[in-house]
Amino acid sequence: MGKLLETNELTRYFDIGRNQRVHAVEQVSLAIDEKEIVGLVGESGSGKSTFGKTVVGLHHKTAGTVSYRGEQLPQKYEPRDFQRLATKMQMIFQDPYSSLNPRMTVGEIVGEGLRLHSDANSASIKEQVAVWLTKVGLQADHMSRYPHEFSGGQRQRLGIARALILEPEFVVCDEPISALDVSVQAQVINLLGELKERMGLTLLFIAHDLSMVRYVSDRMAVMYLGSLVEVGKANEVYFDPKHPYTEVLIGSNPEPDPQVERGRPSTAIQGEIPSPVNVPPGCRFANRCPRVMDVCRQSTPELIPLKDVDRHVACHLYT
Amino acid sequence: MSEALNLANNPMLLEVENLAVEFDTYGGVVKAVRGVDFSVEEGKTLAIVGESGCGKSVSVQSMMGLIHMPPGRITSGSARLRGEEVLGRNELNGKEIRGAEISMIFQDPMTSLNPTMTIGDQIAEPLQVHRGLSYRQAFGEAINLLEMSKIPEAAKRAKQFPFEFSGGMLQRAMIAMAISCKPSILIADEPTTALDVTIQAQILDLMQDLQKETGMAIILITHDLGVVARMADEVAVMYAGKIVEHGTVDDVFYRSAHPYTLGLRAAMPNNDPARQHELKPIEGSPPDLFAPPKGCGYCARCPFAMEVCDKHHPQDYFLGDHHFSCCWLHHSDSPTKPEELYFKENS
Ligand SMILES: Nc1ncnc2c1ncn2[C@@H]1O[C@H](COP(=O)(O)OP(=O)(O)OP(=O)(O)O)[C@@H](O)[C@H]1O
Ligand SMILES: Nc1ncnc2c1ncn2[C@@H]1O[C@H](COP(=O)(O)OP(=O)(O)OP(=O)(O)O)[C@@H](O)[C@H]1O
Ligand code: SF4
Ligand SMILES: [Mg+2]
Ligand SMILES: [Mg+2]
Repeated sequence: MGKLLETNELTRYFDIGRNQRVHAVEQVSLAIDEKEIVGLVGESGSGKSTFGKTVVGLHHKTAGTVSYRGEQLPQKYEPRDFQRLATKMQMIFQDPYSSLNPRMTVGEIVGEGLRLHSDANSASIKEQVAVWLTKVGLQADHMSRYPHEFSGGQRQRLGIARALILEPEFVVCDEPISALDVSVQAQVINLLGELKERMGLTLLFIAHDLSMVRYVSDRMAVMYLGSLVEVGKANEVYFDPKHPYTEVLIGSNPEPDPQVERGRPSTAIQGEIPSPVNVPPGCRFANRCPRVMDVCRQSTPELIPLKDVDRHVACHLYT
Repeated sequence: MSEALNLANNPMLLEVENLAVEFDTYGGVVKAVRGVDFSVEEGKTLAIVGESGCGKSVSVQSMMGLIHMPPGRITSGSARLRGEEVLGRNELNGKEIRGAEISMIFQDPMTSLNPTMTIGDQIAEPLQVHRGLSYRQAFGEAINLLEMSKIPEAAKRAKQFPFEFSGGMLQRAMIAMAISCKPSILIADEPTTALDVTIQAQILDLMQDLQKETGMAIILITHDLGVVARMADEVAVMYAGKIVEHGTVDDVFYRSAHPYTLGLRAAMPNNDPARQHELKPIEGSPPDLFAPPKGCGYCARCPFAMEVCDKHHPQDYFLGDHHFSCCWLHHSDSPTKPEELYFKENS
């Protein structure tokens, strides 16, 4: 399996006036293999969506690069870049409620990509929309309906059909299941798995739900305040976390098993994720880390490979 | 149900029986809650779980007098706190029920906070009203309560406005406010759904600590089975306006009996590397509550459904002192023996 996509020190800041900048994504280097599912986890505000959007060109890059099949992508997309790359990379958005235009019919929403990025005529667009609606478990005659007539899970499937109709190779799925009931989550997850098998998709799967990420992903990347702190095989990271933040994150994830929960020591850590505006030097987790050392407040640990296991960790405990 | 509960020989703090709630809408009458029974013991936590729209919030809101009537209507039922009816009443023995006896926190704290008042003043206000404290005493007590809710620098924070608080801090402030009049029951409706897992862990710990200190009962509404496993003593599983299974947390997780409970568990990943399973979605969607089915509400989605299920509503079959499941499979004439079913699905 070859590398499909690689980010190199990808950085995205937002200027928010009065010399304030949000360090939303800071020097993130991550490689994704063809047909691989990489799960990206981390707390709210850690930069997951910003990273995903920057990768697919919806944000320009403040610094760093993204390469796709070895080709370095533009720092800032022009309309023709979207035109060219839309058929390669797509994104499924976080919120199934607000990401679908309520005034457009399902047919218009799902077919929009083809209308903008291909020269298919309207009859063939319609045909393909019908095919995709059935592929995601909806019906062809749903085409003339409006999004509000669908449940959350069905809307999320509309979002999936809209992104996949262009048959991209790489898809960023931003929290595709978090707004859904357990009973529907499994449908969406299985659908993505099936499409991956059939189309050879490569996925960056962003989610809060650590159990689900472990379940669907080949590898897991853990983000904290804009930086990656740990990357490794999903199962290994979950069951044997190395970075103190990963340990806390996974330790806080309640498991649907009362015996496990009764036996679990209280792992709640103090404090909250700090603001990504004007971040202090040193390790970004230092002010909450249960194992903080002096060096942590002075120098920023880099994401480095560990010796004995297939794992990358950014923590002074391992430098 | 109440008979069986008496067998357990524990005085119940709150007993809800046969509660039914409807709403008038343009589309017709929504039968949101269709006869539910549950009860809570002092110092214990009851979790109510079930998918979106199954009637969890409406069930507890009706006890709090939070259902707008019209369009809402409580068509039957009773809710007795230490034996005395609270449905439709505001006061019990001179004490206000809402706030003083039963208080509630919500998923989105901002909906119940006033954005133009400091957090401290908002906690102090009910203390002046309910407990007759002076403003200074009440504000001092508000700071104590914020400290109890583990808000750092409580004295400084009390002077700040809601927008200066993060989501986790707001939920702590809500908890401080909810426990200010020492309620005997705290109802928490999805209190951590909007929070990150690390903050969720803090809030759940806080609720457990406060329960130990004050002996209050907690009714926790959630759709997260992990949160249930962590917090609950007893669990009620709701589906389409009814409780389909009820039992201790171990009954519901290790001896799951109702096909819906089994379905929920099969739809989520377990974190046991030795027992990986395929995720099995529950196909279909919940029934239309404008015209709820005559028989079992889960029938249309149930992989074990039999002919009788569609036509007649099953009764609650007791499988243990506290444990019941409302499903025809437990009937003695059922061709599939439920034991085989749990054995297969639970192992
Ligand atoms: N357009 C923007 N302008 C200014 N700041 C932004 C913008 N978009 C994101 N941010 C900030 O960047 C940081 C990272 O946000 P992002 O949405 O990427 O986080 P996330 O990890 O996806 O969080 P969540 O889990 O809540 O979706 C946050 O502090 C956010 O407020
Ligand atoms: N004011 C209202 N008017 C009409 N219908 C209502 C009203 N409030 C609730 N309902 C309906 O009653 C049913 C039960 O709603 P409820 O809010 O109790 O669900 P829930 O189990 O709490 O769901 P969620 O997990 O989404 O919060 C739903 O079908 C809902 O649409
Ligand atoms: S009563 Fe019938 S349809 Fe309902 S859950 Fe039991 S087996 Fe399934
Ligand atoms: Mg996001
Ligand atoms: Mg609710």
